[in-house]
Amino acid sequence: MSVIEMDGLRKEFTVRVRAGRLRREKRTVTAVDGVDLRVERGEMLGYIGPNGAGKSTTLKMLTGVLMPSAGVARVCGLRPVADRTRLALRIGVVFGQRSQLWWDLPLRDSFGLLRHVYRVPAGAHAARLARCRDLLDLDGFLDTPVRQLSLGQRMRGELTAALLHGPEVLFLDEPTIGLDVVSKQAVRGFLAELGRAGDITLVLTTHDLADIERLCRRLVVIDHGRVVHDGSIAELHRRYGSRRMVVAELDAALPEPPVLPGAPVQRVEADGRRLVFALESASVAEVVAALAGVATLRDISIVEPDIEAVVARLYERKGPLLTPGV
Amino acid sequence: MGSVTATVAPPTDAHVTPWFRTFGAIVAAGFRRHATYRQAAVAGVVTNTVFGFLRCYIFLAATGAAGTVAGYDRAQLATFVWAGQGLLAVIAIWGWTELADRIRTGEVAADLLRPVHPVTSYLAADVGRAGFAALARLVPPLVIGPFFFAVYLPRQWATVPLFVLSVLLAVVICFGCRYLVNATAYWLQDVRGPMILWTLGSGVLAGLYFPLGFLPGWLESTLRYGTPFPSILQVPLDVLVEREPMSTGLGLVGIQCGWAVLLLALCRLVQRRAERRLVVQGG
Repeated sequence: MSVIEMDGLRKEFTVRVRAGRLRREKRTVTAVDGVDLRVERGEMLGYIGPNGAGKSTTLKMLTGVLMPSAGVARVCGLRPVADRTRLALRIGVVFGQRSQLWWDLPLRDSFGLLRHVYRVPAGAHAARLARCRDLLDLDGFLDTPVRQLSLGQRMRGELTAALLHGPEVLFLDEPTIGLDVVSKQAVRGFLAELGRAGDITLVLTTHDLADIERLCRRLVVIDHGRVVHDGSIAELHRRYGSRRMVVAELDAALPEPPVLPGAPVQRVEADGRRLVFALESASVAEVVAALAGVATLRDISIVEPDIEAVVARLYERKGPLLTPGV
Repeated sequence: MGSVTATVAPPTDAHVTPWFRTFGAIVAAGFRRHATYRQAAVAGVVTNTVFGFLRCYIFLAATGAAGTVAGYDRAQLATFVWAGQGLLAVIAIWGWTELADRIRTGEVAADLLRPVHPVTSYLAADVGRAGFAALARLVPPLVIGPFFFAVYLPRQWATVPLFVLSVLLAVVICFGCRYLVNATAYWLQDVRGPMILWTLGSGVLAGLYFPLGFLPGWLESTLRYGTPFPSILQVPLDVLVEREPMSTGLGLVGIQCGWAVLLLALCRLVQRRAERRLVVQGG
């Protein structure tokens, strides 16, 4: 059985828009428009889409905070809204833009309170906290009230808070938003470590595609409330025609660019001294070997496809980016 | 009507003890949260004391030649005022907008992600807050008042535990009212309107601006038995100054129990309704 199941999940909001001086018009905005997904235990799923695509709304429906307008969701076999308090014991949630910690209390007190709220045995709590302290380097600010923590520190605290009760599923809504490079790496490293054991299912929404590349094998792209891609990052590249490139710098230009099987020439630059090949079926080694046979190579570099560019193309293809009011 | 949910396990020892432990932990956290704001507590005590003098002189001026008014003598009025000044902070009659703010900003989503019902966890936190207020805000006026006025001390020992119970119930009732006022934010986003109504209404109807005994008998009875307001301030104070015989005092505390249960049930109902139509603000 899948850990997360969504069938025709839908959420509509009513938005009042000004229409004239006093008149308000009701307009229905569909934030999530029939999403069907299955997520298996231990999967790390990246859930991305432009602003207003319905990512956070989906997560809120899966965690029982929002009531779906239609469709069915099941998480750990439970109905999120109806069984919300029971589900809360089995999932962990981090909202990058909100805090789950107690503003006035030091982190240490927040964690202690969470142990009682989630009824975690003292031993298990201590073991999990020790692991988080170690991996997230919490010791320096455990006794600081949450309101005085920096964003990066708070986010590390939030991650710990979401994990202390040993959840089966972890929902992360933009966990790296606003973080500096070092903090981002710390969070990513921690999540990668968490996913390595394979017993926790992780659903991650983000605008930072480096998060996805680092963490998620499976990528779901949602736009206008619909799933527009579900598969690996490699599949996304294949589908949208982005490939790895081999850039070869030659000592002297060839009379005409060589024809290599499985690696067509993309561009000829610098008066023929720089050739760019797209890797289709050929490997880097094959291209290099073939080139070395016909020309003197000065330099070789490999350019990985840019996921940002692919995703930008994907978003743009779907008409206007922003749905008002969502 | 009146369906029963069969999925809830019957309350056995194994369920009840952890429940109390969770509740207790949130109470303790509520206490600690408020204990961090000590300067605010000092400022509050100063304000309460200043207004204590003001109210005390005004009420005492209302006493007739016999030195009594509406069933209170001068000493009872002084106790009524000074204990009342302290209780204001314990029941937190004004100024609590935490839930409304969290609804407005969408932070309320975090409350819904806990395995504890929001009404339960907010109540527990409020009891903890009240505990701190009882130490920091109730004790000072009780100490200051007797220095300047002849106060009334309970004659019967049973009055003291009954007063403590009555205050605890007043905290729960006041919490219930405030929760309902705050919960209008689920529908209105902005609670300033309901909050102004509450602030004006609660002050008059709870017996803060004047003891309800100053009103005609029929009106006082209607308020006492028909609304929860006197139960949040007037009732505990009447119990403390032994305005009526012990049996009436017990009856009033019984009515408080009724209001406490009714209001908490109403809070849960409103919360459930709100969750069905909740829009988490701001992405």
